[in-house]
Amino acid sequence: MTDEALHRQLADTWYNPAGLVGRLSIVDHKVIARRYIVTAFTFFSIAGVLAALMRLQLAFPDNHFLTADQYNQFFTVHGTAMMFLFAVPVMEAMGVYLVPIMIGTRAIAFPRLNAYSYYVYLFGGVMLFTALFVNSGPDVGWFSYVPLAGPDFGPGKRPDFWAQLITFTEVAGLAVAVELAATILKTRAPGMTVSRIPLFVWAMLVMAFMVIFAMPSVVLSSTFLLLDRLVGTQFYNPAEGGDALLWQHLFWFFGHPEVYIIFVPALGMVSSIIATFTGRPIFGYPAMVSSLVATGFIGFGLWVHHMFATGLPQLGLTYFTAASMIISIPSGVQIFCWIVSLWRGQPRYATPLLFVLGFVAIFVLGGLTGVTLASTPFDLQVHDTYYVVAHFHYVLLGGAVFPLIGGVYFWFPKMTGRMLDERLGKWNFWIFFIGFNTTFFPQHLLGLHGMPRRVYTYPASSGWGTLNLISTAGAMLLAMGGLLLLFNVLRSVRRGAVAPADPWGGEGLEWTVPSPPPAYNFLHVPVVEGRSGNWDRRGNEAPPVVTGIKADCREVLITTVTAAEADHKTIYPDPSIWPFLCSVVTSAFFIGSIFTPWALPVAIPPLAITLIGWFWPKRSDRSTQCDLANNRLEPLRGEA
Amino acid sequence: MNQSALDPHGPVARTILDLGWVLFSVTVVVYVLVLAGLAWALLRQRRESDRTPAADRRFTSIVAALTGVTTLTLVGLVAVSEVSGRALAVPHAIRPVAVDVVGHQWWWEFRYRDENDPSKLVTSPNELHIPVGVPIVMRAMSQDVIHSFWVPNLTGKRDLIPGQVTTTWMQADTAGIYRGQCAEFCGPSHAKMAFLVVAEPVDKFQSWIQHQREPAGVPTTAPAAQGRDLFLSRQCTLCHAIQGTPAGARLGPDLTHVGSRMTIAAGTLANERDPLDAWVENAPSIKPGVRMPPHMLESSEREAVVAYLRSLQ
Repeated sequence: MTDEALHRQLADTWYNPAGLVGRLSIVDHKVIARRYIVTAFTFFSIAGVLAALMRLQLAFPDNHFLTADQYNQFFTVHGTAMMFLFAVPVMEAMGVYLVPIMIGTRAIAFPRLNAYSYYVYLFGGVMLFTALFVNSGPDVGWFSYVPLAGPDFGPGKRPDFWAQLITFTEVAGLAVAVELAATILKTRAPGMTVSRIPLFVWAMLVMAFMVIFAMPSVVLSSTFLLLDRLVGTQFYNPAEGGDALLWQHLFWFFGHPEVYIIFVPALGMVSSIIATFTGRPIFGYPAMVSSLVATGFIGFGLWVHHMFATGLPQLGLTYFTAASMIISIPSGVQIFCWIVSLWRGQPRYATPLLFVLGFVAIFVLGGLTGVTLASTPFDLQVHDTYYVVAHFHYVLLGGAVFPLIGGVYFWFPKMTGRMLDERLGKWNFWIFFIGFNTTFFPQHLLGLHGMPRRVYTYPASSGWGTLNLISTAGAMLLAMGGLLLLFNVLRSVRRGAVAPADPWGGEGLEWTVPSPPPAYNFLHVPVVEGRSGNWDRRGNEAPPVVTGIKADCREVLITTVTAAEADHKTIYPDPSIWPFLCSVVTSAFFIGSIFTPWALPVAIPPLAITLIGWFWPKRSDRSTQCDLANNRLEPLRGEA
Repeated sequence: MNQSALDPHGPVARTILDLGWVLFSVTVVVYVLVLAGLAWALLRQRRESDRTPAADRRFTSIVAALTGVTTLTLVGLVAVSEVSGRALAVPHAIRPVAVDVVGHQWWWEFRYRDENDPSKLVTSPNELHIPVGVPIVMRAMSQDVIHSFWVPNLTGKRDLIPGQVTTTWMQADTAGIYRGQCAEFCGPSHAKMAFLVVAEPVDKFQSWIQHQREPAGVPTTAPAAQGRDLFLSRQCTLCHAIQGTPAGARLGPDLTHVGSRMTIAAGTLANERDPLDAWVENAPSIKPGVRMPPHMLESSEREAVVAYLRSLQ
C-alpha cells in the first residue's frame, strides 16, 4: 500500500466524528487534551483574576475594596482552582497530548475513559465557579481544616462545594493517571526500552503513580468530611471521639505529594526544552531518571512539615525535617545536570529556553527557602506567614508554570500547526519574570516582619503597607504578562507562521509527525533505536518501522513493560457518546449528594445504563475485521 | 508596632533568629554559586574538546562531587536545626508562670492558674501580662476551631487545637509591648484576632495580677451607675462576666477590668470612648462574623454603658 492510500485508510479508521453529538463522542487523545489545556488555562485565568483582586485589597492597610467574606471566598477558590483545576489537570493534559506521540503509539490507553475524565473535570470546575458567582463559594481555605469546615462552624453548603469539587477532580485525575501509566508501560514503540524512555515521559510516569498513591488519601478525607456534614458521622469531632488532626494527616499525606505531582511533569518539560535548544541530549540520563523516581518516593515522607506547629513530639519532627531536606538532593542533581547540559551544548535563546532559564533562577530560590522551611524551629516563626506564600509561589509558579509556559511556546506549533510569535514571546517572558519577582520577593520580607497569611486586611500601624503595595504593583505586571500570552495565542492560532513538522530541531519522536499530527499519529509506527527519537533518525532515508498493524481497524501494538518488545495487538474503541452521558450522570450525582444522601440511590440506575452503553460490544461495519481473536503478530520489519 | 521575627526580645525568638541567619547565609551562598554556574555555562566560549567522552567523564565526577557537597550541607543543616530545636524544649524552671491560652473565634483568653488556690484564677482576655526574665509555660487549647498562638518577637507558633492540650513556653528579656496575632485561618475575622503581650518587671506584674484578682469596682458617677444597671438588665449578661456583679457568662471576654486594657475587640481598636461606642453599637461592622449583636441600645443608653465599661479599671 502506498503512503497516500495508507493515510486515507488510517484517517478513515481513526476518524473524529463531526456535529454536536459527534464532537462530544470524540476519543482522540489530542482533541481531548486540547480541550483539557484550554479549559485549564481558562480556570487559571479566572483564579488569576481572583488573585489580582486580592492583591488590590491588600495594596493598602485597612482597605475596603473587598469584604472579609469576599476575600475569604476568593483566596479559597483561588487556591483550590489553581491546585485542582489548573495545575494538576494541565500537567496531565500535556501528558495526554504528548505521551502517545513521544512513545510512538496511535492513541492513549482507555480512550473513552479519557473523554469521560475530561467532562467530569469540566463539570466540576463549572460547579465551583458557579458556586462562587452565586455567593456560595467555599470560604474555609483550599486545605479546609476541620472543625472550621465541619458541620458546626461551616454552615450552609460552602464547604460541601469544596469537598465535592475534590471528588470531581479525584475521579478525573485518577482516570488520567491510570491511562498515562498504562500507555507508558504497555504501548511504547518497539525498541523503546526503559533506558530509552524520554525524560518527559518518565516524569509523566512518576506523576501518574504519585497520583494513584496520593489521591486515595484525599478521597478518604473529603468523603469523611462530607459524611460528617451530610449524615452526621463524627470522624473529625473531638467531642465524640473524632480527631481534628486526623484531617490534617490525611489531607497533607495527599497535599504534599500534590506539590510534586505538579512539579515533576514540569521537570520533564525542562529536560525536553533544554535538550532541543542546546542540540544535545540531557547530560546524565540515569541520574535524571533516578532523581525523578526518588522524588516520587520521598515526596510521600514530608507531609508533617505542614504541621510543625501542632505540637507533635520533637523526635518525630526531626525525621520530617530530615526528609524535607533530603528531597532537595534529587532536585539539586537535576539542576546540576541541566547546567552541565547547557555548558556542553550550544544554547539557542528562543522563548521556551528563556522560560526555562527563568525557571532555574526562580525555582532554585524557592527550593532554598523550602530548605529553610524544613527546619522545624525556623518554620515555627515563618509558618502560615507571607514567607510561605512567597516560597510556594516560587516553587509552583516558578517551578511549574514557567516551564509550562515554556512548554506552551515549545509545543504550540505541534498542537496547532502554527508558530507563536517569538518577539511577543520574549516580551512575555521578561514581563512575567519581572512581574513575578516584584510580586513575590517582597512577601518573604512581609512574612519575617510578622504578616500572617489569609488575612483580608491589616492595620496601618503594622508597617506592612509599602511592601504590600510593591507586591500588588508586581501582580498587575504579572497579569499583563498573562494577557500578552493570551493575545499571542489568539493571534497566532489564526495568523501565526505555519509550523513544519520539526520547527525547533527537536529531540523527541513527537517531531517526526506532522504539525498538527493526524488523528492516528503515526503513518508507520516507528521502531526506536535510541533515546533521541527524532535525532536518531536524522539522515536515515528509511528509518525502521513496524508493519503488520491493521489500518482498517483501531489496532494498537502492545509491547512488554521493560524491554518494549512487541507482545500482542489490541483494538481501541470507536468514538462514543456514552462516556459523555456517563459524565453527566456522575456530575449530577456528585452535585446532588451535596444536598441529599438520596442522590446515591437515585443515580445508580442511570449510571448503570450509561456504563452498559459504554461497554456494549459493538460490531459495526468498520470493525468486522477487528476481532481480538485475530491479534496474531505478523513479522516486524526493521527491528534491530 | 512590635510584631517582627527579626527583632527578638526573648530566648525562643532569639534562638530561632540565630538559626535563621545560619540558614540564610548557607542558602545565599548556594544560590549565588548555582546562578554563577548557570551564567558561566551560558556565556563561556565553546570548544571542540567539550564533545569528547573524557569531558563527559569529568562532568560525571563534578556532578557526583556537587551532590556529595549538597548532601553534607543538608546533613549539617539538619544537625544545626536539631540543636536549636532542643534548645527550645520547655525549661524546668523552678517557678515558671503558668498560663492557659484558650482560642475563641476571634479572641484570646489567658487564664492564670494558681496551683495552690484555684479561687485565685485570673482571666485576662486579649492581653497577656508577663514578668520579664521568667519563663512562661503555656497550655494551648481551643474552644471552637483551630487557632495559632504567635508572638513573633518572643516565640514561634503553637496551634490551639480543639480536643488537644499541648504545652509550650516563651520568655521576654526586655520590658515592652509585643503584638501577637492568630496564624491559623479561623473564619471571617481571622485577620482581626490579635492580642498584646505586656512584658513588665516582676513587681509590676505581681501588682497587676493582684489587681486583676479583685472584683469590679462600684461605679462612682451617675452615668456609670446607669450603665451598670443597663448592662445587668440587657442582653450583655448572656455572654459577658463582670466579677462582683451577677453577670457571670463565659461566652465572651470577661469585662471585670476592661477599662484597664489597651485595646478592645482583640487588638483591633484602641480602648477609647469613641471606638468602644462604635463597637457596642455595631460590632459585626468592625469584625465580620462576630457574635455580639448590633443595635442593642439607644445612643443615650450606649453612652452610659460605655461610661460604665470605661470605669472598670
